[in-house]
Amino acid sequence: MNAYMAYKVSTQTTLAMFRNKTFTVRRRFSDFLGLYEKLSEKHGPNGFIVPPPPEKSILGMTKVKVGKDDSSAADFVERRRGALERYLQRVVNHPSLLQDPDVREFLEREELPRAVSTQALSGAGFLKMINKATDAVSKMTIKMNESDVWFEEKLQEVESADQHFRKLHTLVESLVIHRKELSLNTASFAKSAAMLGSAEDNTALSRALSQLAEVEDKMEQLHQDQAANDTFSFAELIADFIRLLGAVRGSFDQRMKAWQRWQDAQAMLQKKRETEAKLLWANKPDKLQLAKEEIAEWEAKVTQYERDFERVSATVRKEVIRFELIKYWEAFLPEAKAIA
Amino acid sequence: LASPPRAVNVDLQTDATLQVDISDALSERDKVKFTVHTKSTLPNFKQNEFSVVRQHEEFIWLHDSFVENEDYAGYIIPPAPPRPDFDASREKLQKLGEGEGSMTKEEFTKMKQELEAEYLAIFKKTVAMHEVFLCRVAAHPVLRKDLNFHVFLEYNQDLSVRGKNKKEKLEDFFKNVVKSADGVLVAGVKDVDDFFEHEKTFLLEYHNRVKDASAKSDKMIRSHKSAADDINRIASSLYTLGTQDSTDLCKYESLLKLLTFLCFKIEARVAADEDLKLADLLKYYLRESQAAKDLLYRRSRALVDYENANKALDKARAKNRDVLQAETSQQLCCHKFEKISESAKQELIDFKTRRVAAFRKNLVELAELELKHAKGNLQLLQSCLGVLKGNT
Repeated sequence: MNAYMAYKVSTQTTLAMFRNKTFTVRRRFSDFLGLYEKLSEKHGPNGFIVPPPPEKSILGMTKVKVGKDDSSAADFVERRRGALERYLQRVVNHPSLLQDPDVREFLEREELPRAVSTQALSGAGFLKMINKATDAVSKMTIKMNESDVWFEEKLQEVESADQHFRKLHTLVESLVIHRKELSLNTASFAKSAAMLGSAEDNTALSRALSQLAEVEDKMEQLHQDQAANDTFSFAELIADFIRLLGAVRGSFDQRMKAWQRWQDAQAMLQKKRETEAKLLWANKPDKLQLAKEEIAEWEAKVTQYERDFERVSATVRKEVIRFELIKYWEAFLPEAKAIA
Repeated sequence: LASPPRAVNVDLQTDATLQVDISDALSERDKVKFTVHTKSTLPNFKQNEFSVVRQHEEFIWLHDSFVENEDYAGYIIPPAPPRPDFDASREKLQKLGEGEGSMTKEEFTKMKQELEAEYLAIFKKTVAMHEVFLCRVAAHPVLRKDLNFHVFLEYNQDLSVRGKNKKEKLEDFFKNVVKSADGVLVAGVKDVDDFFEHEKTFLLEYHNRVKDASAKSDKMIRSHKSAADDINRIASSLYTLGTQDSTDLCKYESLLKLLTFLCFKIEARVAADEDLKLADLLKYYLRESQAAKDLLYRRSRALVDYENANKALDKARAKNRDVLQAETSQQLCCHKFEKISESAKQELIDFKTRRVAAFRKNLVELAELELKHAKGNLQLLQSCLGVLKGNT
């Protein structure tokens, strides 16, 4: 049984680069992951904050595939749809990413070739990847002589925000559990109150107690279930934001990598120069020629990598500023919609 | 501590001849000192108005003296107030103190305030429970004349009543085991009197259902409290986020915080109010219905004794031995049984009236409270919507 869920992606645009003004395509979850992979490979190293995709949830999806006919399966699909929409919005709102032909293809093309090797991108996997990279890079941090204080400050902010939101997420998850418990306990109490009402031999009081039980049962349960759902959505938004912060950290890490490449190239150049000096002294003309060529090669590399570093730094800076402005609204809109 | 509100569980008529209340209370390390204040026009007392200080053990002593008094076998003895229990609250405060280092000053102050409010609520409740007990005794036509009661109210020295030691507690335990075994035996005895037969069946079932409802309401309220605690922590976390001035990154939190804080904060208040009204009511009537059951048990016991005395008299007459003794014994049993039956009937009717009135009062108040909160909630959500719409 190879059933899968396809999501309808509809675009309305006035941009010239698209063939039509409105169009719709069907995409599966792995297509979204595939898009992320391509964008991350191409733009990540340049310091762009590539929006992370929603998490894979094996349990949730299995329920849907098995055709489990309760509200939890429908809820899951709806949540995933919302998360995928938020993801795409972030991608297309990014002026540079929008220009990427892969994005255009994703939105426009009728049939998309199946994305491969998207297994690695479960939610936990994604975070693990970021964490590994961060660990490797943090070892370099000690050596990096941060000339630009701005980056250091911003990274601090990101890390402290990350910590804070993780704590918040735990609290909200705890709330979800307690609300679900409350819903169950309220239902149980309502039944008990009904029993008490039927035992009461004063008819007026008996009726009143039965009515109390009924009211408790209907309203409270409805209210609590709804509240549990709302809280769950809130928890998801926070998780979403945490992933986004992870992507921001990722871009800082890319800048570090660029810096490291530059430093390594400088070190290599130094070694080549030392080799040249030794060869000069030993008087080996043919080897000397090779050495001179290598020096030229590495000098070019050093220049290139320095320029790369400058470019990546500038991109990261622009991206972070853009990020700060954007997340204001987008984090807000879902909550606003939910309330309305 | 300002004078606590009069007990809401019991519908009592205030009587000028004897009015009792707890005008003050002091919570010390491991005990609570209640100031029992009496106003009376009865000639038994030396003054018209006076106060003494009593502790929980002295209330228990008074209650037990009623239970052990054969003359009061025909009355529903007002249930003893539960022991003041601040252990849970104290533990929480201690944990908070230990965890002070791991949270911000704001979070700490807020949590401390919450716990202190909780402590205060428990304190008020225990005062109310003790007051209700005294008021019930004062309102009872026979019990209010009890000598021990007057000593309790008036004697301004320590009653030197110590809590039961281990041996006495063990004795009590065995007494209860015997009583429940006996109760099963006695319950089997069918009553000729329809009124009592009906009451027995009714009380048994009612008591069990109140027990169940009380347990379930406690569970429900505990979940509610947990959820409310979570919400408080979330709100203070968001508040901290919002007030960190350095980060541009988290400025939007101030708006989200407004949302969460306001909309969810209602939950905590509702939980506390529900607790007060519903759970306390159920718990109280759990104890009262048990006291009523105890009365029925005593009556059944007296009935069995009476029937046994009858049988003994018949046997004595048949053998023509110790007839006078058997006759006296039978007369005593008959008298005791009839006395208990008479007062028990009235007591049970009164119990019903009291119960219906108390439930009605509390359910009405609960409904009004829920309505008020729902309206408040609605208003807040609407104003939040207004803020959001204005911003986007």
